[in-house]
Amino acid sequence: MTDTIDRLAGIAPGSALEKIRAGRPAARDHAEASHRALLSPDAPGDVSLAERFAVARFVAGLHGAPEAVALYAAGLAQHGGAALAEAVAQAAAATAATGPRGAFPPGPLSAEDSPAPGFALPPAVAALLGAKLATAFAYAHFLVFHPRDAAPERFAPLQAAGWTPDGLVTLSQLVAFLAFQIRVAAGLRVLATTP
Amino acid sequence: MSDSLAEPTAFTRAQIGWTPWLPPLTEAELTPRHLEALIDAARAKNPYFRLLARDPAALQHRTLADKDIFYNPEGGAPRADRELAATAVSRANGCIYCASVHARFAATYAKREADVDRLLEEGTGADLGERWNAIVAASVALTATPIAFGPAHVQRLRAAGLDELGIADVIQSAAFFNWANRLMLALGGATVPA
Repeated sequence: MTDTIDRLAGIAPGSALEKIRAGRPAARDHAEASHRALLSPDAPGDVSLAERFAVARFVAGLHGAPEAVALYAAGLAQHGGAALAEAVAQAAAATAATGPRGAFPPGPLSAEDSPAPGFALPPAVAALLGAKLATAFAYAHFLVFHPRDAAPERFAPLQAAGWTPDGLVTLSQLVAFLAFQIRVAAGLRVLATTP
Repeated sequence: MSDSLAEPTAFTRAQIGWTPWLPPLTEAELTPRHLEALIDAARAKNPYFRLLARDPAALQHRTLADKDIFYNPEGGAPRADRELAATAVSRANGCIYCASVHARFAATYAKREADVDRLLEEGTGADLGERWNAIVAASVALTATPIAFGPAHVQRLRAAGLDELGIADVIQSAAFFNWANRLMLALGGATVPA
């Protein structure tokens, strides 16, 4: 049965790649179960479905992954509405960058430091997102492009905007999982189409 | 953070620690659902896993995907190659803690301590011989955002002797560490004795 990674990678039923994925059956099943746990949980808890799809659409946009953008934009339109979907699309377009970048702890690795990309949401977009999503997008942007710039202080603005410890773990899992899912799909798509 | 601990400033194969920046659940707070999500009972002692237990379903499925990607012995890439991909991704993203753990695994399974140390010290451009160079290059390309992995990486892996399942293993191992690195980096800091 076709799952989310199959759809993102363009893997058809009966194809050679489907058989290769079947060689790692638990990886396949639990990647899909992770997707369900983070995007359509039984109990959304501290992070609403609209917030989850908004983050997913934003992260897919930052990766420049058209299949994932289409998937999560559709979920966002369903759970968050057209105006929010448009604001998230503008947020992703306005903050595109490249990675991985960032600074190492000061010392011998400092020679490898590269400046973090800037992050500034257009004021009208930030207003439409609200503080909870705007702070989540700043965090997701850091985690996508320059994760080695991690610091405990990064949680303060999120906590001030209402993010709980449970919500922050879910948000971190969502962004990090998408970094995996989008890469598996991209890699398998190349593998399937390289003669 | 305790006064007796400092942040590591270089990549290493040595054992280092990790301290959470958000409050983990306490052992007393763990319900049967949390214990199920931890998979291995010993992980109830580990603050990283007790922090991730705040979202038990996400933790449970992350862990079970991880185990199949790295431990499934049925064909494909040898464990050493999968651990090399994990180490290369951790080196590229800058996760000193993750790199230390998987550099130890890569060195042990491959019996190539000197090559693993060269990857840690020189970075992902180190010359490790063609098979490992191909795996590192593919892992780094998959780690870039936007993703830079393309047909030339697949052809180079095939030429280096990997079969299709083995290439899929490298892809999944490298992709998985783009998940693992981000959790480990974002939620706490690596520590060494000061």
